[in-house]
Amino acid sequence: MGLRGDAAIVGMFEYRPERKYGGERVFMLEQWADLAAGALADAGLRSCDVNGLVCANIRESEQFVPSTVAEYLGWRVNFAERVDLGGATPIGMVWRAAAAIELGLCDVVVCAAPSRPTPSLPPNQPRAWSPFGASSNIMGSPQAEFDIPYGNIAQNCGYAMIANRYGAEFGYDPRATAKIAADQRTNACANPDAVFFGQPITIEDVLASKMVADPLHVLEIVMPCAGGAAVVVASKEVARRCRKRPVYVTGFGEHLMHKSPTYSPDLLHTPIGPAAEQAFGMAAIKRSDVDAVQLYDCYTITVLMSIEDSGFCAKGEGMSFVAAHDLTYRGDFPVNTHGGQLGFGQPGLAGGFTQVTEAVRQVRGEAGGHQVPGCEVVYCSGTGGIMSEQTALIVQGG
Amino acid sequence: MPAIEGRPRPAPIATSKPFWDALKEEKVRLQRCGDCEAWVYYPRRRCPSCLSAALEWRQVSGRGRIYSWTIGRQATHPAFGADVPQLLAMVELDEGVRLTTTIVNAEPTDLVVGRLVEPVFEHGEDGMTLLQFQPVAGSG
Ligand SMILES: [Zn+2]
Repeated sequence: MGLRGDAAIVGMFEYRPERKYGGERVFMLEQWADLAAGALADAGLRSCDVNGLVCANIRESEQFVPSTVAEYLGWRVNFAERVDLGGATPIGMVWRAAAAIELGLCDVVVCAAPSRPTPSLPPNQPRAWSPFGASSNIMGSPQAEFDIPYGNIAQNCGYAMIANRYGAEFGYDPRATAKIAADQRTNACANPDAVFFGQPITIEDVLASKMVADPLHVLEIVMPCAGGAAVVVASKEVARRCRKRPVYVTGFGEHLMHKSPTYSPDLLHTPIGPAAEQAFGMAAIKRSDVDAVQLYDCYTITVLMSIEDSGFCAKGEGMSFVAAHDLTYRGDFPVNTHGGQLGFGQPGLAGGFTQVTEAVRQVRGEAGGHQVPGCEVVYCSGTGGIMSEQTALIVQGG
Repeated sequence: MPAIEGRPRPAPIATSKPFWDALKEEKVRLQRCGDCEAWVYYPRRRCPSCLSAALEWRQVSGRGRIYSWTIGRQATHPAFGADVPQLLAMVELDEGVRLTTTIVNAEPTDLVVGRLVEPVFEHGEDGMTLLQFQPVAGSG
């Protein structure tokens, strides 16, 4: 079942994450054009080679986004997708591109997520921005009627409740979750592009940081920033004439369970479980074959449960696994070698792209000071909503 | 009556109206599937276990346990600023369904997974009643 492994990531381009963006403000369609141009140049491909695109939301248009993007960039495409999976979107984009290529629909697909601030709009312009974030407060939405009136809004509290339930069933070691943040910060300190480059932290620093929603400290919560990324996925025939080493997409999985965690059929077995199982089966590799993992890390608890539910340790043993392993780029279980979104930064919807671009960098051998030696196989995860929807991806050198 | 100025409030739809109407009378009513016998929350047009439309309203005790909890140390939305620290919880009713709620008449240390809770009906000046919970006296 699934991919043959005949599609590869051949190009990528990433805006450096910035906590306070002071540069030129352009619209998301304009960012799309810049990101796509950068990724195609990295691949050594031309704009006229593109025959597929995968997008997400853009600020300028609530609907018809793929045709809007195609028109703006001057592309005629045989395959166009809009992915709506929150933080799981970038991996969702990459596997859809790889699948379309293996079906023979297209052979060069650009996926992008622009996430820099856009120009401020005059007061008379309509805007889609919602003060309820990822929660829908539109009448008829179950969240609007049954969650938001109680103040249960946005992400922090949902993840905190998952963490507390986890603690009640399996035990909770605050030092273990704090170690995830500290180890990833060590990685960020080896990556000059990370927003927290040059700012190491210890487990004690994490535990002493402000409590935001018990048991989550502020240093266990992702740092939003400006940024954006694009990747080019191509057939192996195209990949052979590209500039950089192809990074093949050999396995993927995707699983959705709920929107609000209150109504999840199982809060403690997260959707990454079946997604990872499918991905490893498809790639026909073992967990022990993986050289590095890039796990979506909106919160430390997300990393912990993703290690467990992806099958790298037994259920309920994540805390002791984390305590027993060195998660840094020079460790025995490298996690989020770029610093993760906790250390590198979370550039909006492109946050999940940082896990993919880092995997590509590692397999290409371009990771510089945070390179894992001989890194050939990387497992990545994406997470949207509140453990609502998760994606898994396995990439390998050819 | 608690101030609700500026707060997001529930807007019942035809399907959910019996639930909200019952809360006004300080009763908890849930849907139950006539085909597969599943309890259903939040109210739906069809059963999420079998997609049967044979859903019937039943009154229940409203008692349950804290399934999980957190304390919002900074407001989850500016409208809830006066409630900080917010005692937020998922409660699992005796029938097995879970709901999003807030715990009242309690201290942060009262929030413990498994703690027995009972309904508190918060009647708002807009005529809507929210279903909150408090720890059952004497339960630990
Ligand atoms: Zn049913």
